[in-house]
Amino acid sequence: MSLLTVEGLDVRLGRRRVLRDVSLAIREGEIVTVVGPNGSGKSTLVRALIGALRPATGRVTRRAGLRIGYVPQKLALDASLPMTARRFLGLPRSVGDDAAHDALSAAGAPSVGDTQIADLSGGQLQRVLLARALLTDPHLLILDEPTQGLDQPGAASFYRRIEEIRAGTGCAVLMVSHDLHVVMAASDRVICLNGHVCCEGHPEQVASAPEYRALFGSGTQGALALYRHEHAHSHDPAHPHPH
Amino acid sequence: MAWLDSFLIRAALGGAGVAVAAGPLGCFVVWRRMAYFSDATAHAAILGVALALALEAPIFGGVLVVALGMAVTISTLAGRGAATDTLLGVMAHSGLATGLVAVSFLPDVRIDLMGFLLGDILAVTQTDLLLIWGGAALVLGVIARRWTALLTATLGADLAHAAGLDPDRERMALTLCLALVVAVAIKVVGVLLIGALLVIPAATARRFARTPEAMVAGAIGLGVAAALAGVWLSFRFDTPTGPSIVCAAAASFAVANLAGRRHA
Repeated sequence: MSLLTVEGLDVRLGRRRVLRDVSLAIREGEIVTVVGPNGSGKSTLVRALIGALRPATGRVTRRAGLRIGYVPQKLALDASLPMTARRFLGLPRSVGDDAAHDALSAAGAPSVGDTQIADLSGGQLQRVLLARALLTDPHLLILDEPTQGLDQPGAASFYRRIEEIRAGTGCAVLMVSHDLHVVMAASDRVICLNGHVCCEGHPEQVASAPEYRALFGSGTQGALALYRHEHAHSHDPAHPHPH
Repeated sequence: MAWLDSFLIRAALGGAGVAVAAGPLGCFVVWRRMAYFSDATAHAAILGVALALALEAPIFGGVLVVALGMAVTISTLAGRGAATDTLLGVMAHSGLATGLVAVSFLPDVRIDLMGFLLGDILAVTQTDLLLIWGGAALVLGVIARRWTALLTATLGADLAHAAGLDPDRERMALTLCLALVVAVAIKVVGVLLIGALLVIPAATARRFARTPEAMVAGAIGLGVAAALAGVWLSFRFDTPTGPSIVCAAAASFAVANLAGRRHA
């Protein structure tokens, strides 16, 4: 059975229909990447999955007792809140020192425990957020744009770490990214989103799908090609899509 | 209890009780940038005083009801993303003005308006003490019980959602605590300066704290010290109590920041 199933999801933000008729399923232990241009509803989808947004229609079904580890895109930190990384790991459920140390090591930031989270670099904060998500022993790890602000080697090593974590814990991973070339190499399945699911499948399949090429430009040579900023894909009602 | 007969001891206990309630809530006011929100709620309380007098109801009850109404209204608007700085400013001052106008319409009632605006801690009765410490215990209890959920929601609504918490519920819990603090503090510091008693001790404690728990403890300690110093100043020099307490708190803030700068 799937960990999480989305059926016919419609989400409106104000009067704008951000997601329409989105259906997808996440199975145990797989790494799924959602790709899409800016404004395609990727973050909205994540917020609907974690229960922060109520869909207008459709539904999100979680397997009973599903534990989700969520790594947000960023943290709106107010410097007036004193908080060490170690203390942050224990929110909302307190954790032992050994578990906290292990999680920080697994996330690649073993020595930041005593640092105030407001003083962490972007990459360090990302790892602390990942460590915190791992401490809940999640069945499903959800990462929203996890490599934003990292350079390419940094992003590549972050994805290697995610693969190691998946291999070690067996948890499924859902990532949202526009960082296509690295992400797709690490994914079992790619979902291409632009308000609706344009196409879906193995990274190679998606990279060669006409819908994907329409969205990300025809010049992309498969999963390892560099992402090019060409968003020629329009939803002009005069020219309906074949899908 | 004979030792409670001394008005000075009652004043000290009242001030300390308000500081104990204001400390932890004040930290959340600072962390969540609710300073204007707390001002609006406190200022509206003067309307509660007017209503209570007009209806011959207990002042504490009137203040609690109006503060609660104001706090819930603002909190709901904030939840919809509508509570801008400007709107809060409009509500804070309109609340105060409406309350003052309403008080002036009361025919035979002769009330000490200054007492409600600036606090009259030396008129604190044994019943007031019971209400103050009862309210403080309730606020401490609610915040202690929901502590980790409140902290998580303060760090991010989505973080709370993902952990199965409801950030709207946590915000409402803080809103209720705020109304309660306003109701217990009105007699001690008055509506104009309740916001100061929330923000200043918490902001001072921030200089020394490395964890949220330490900041709350520091805010309570500094608040109690400021309350006691203020009561003494007020008694010794015959100054209004609320402003005296806030002056003591402001002095500690200035000292902490100057000392902190020298170490840095």
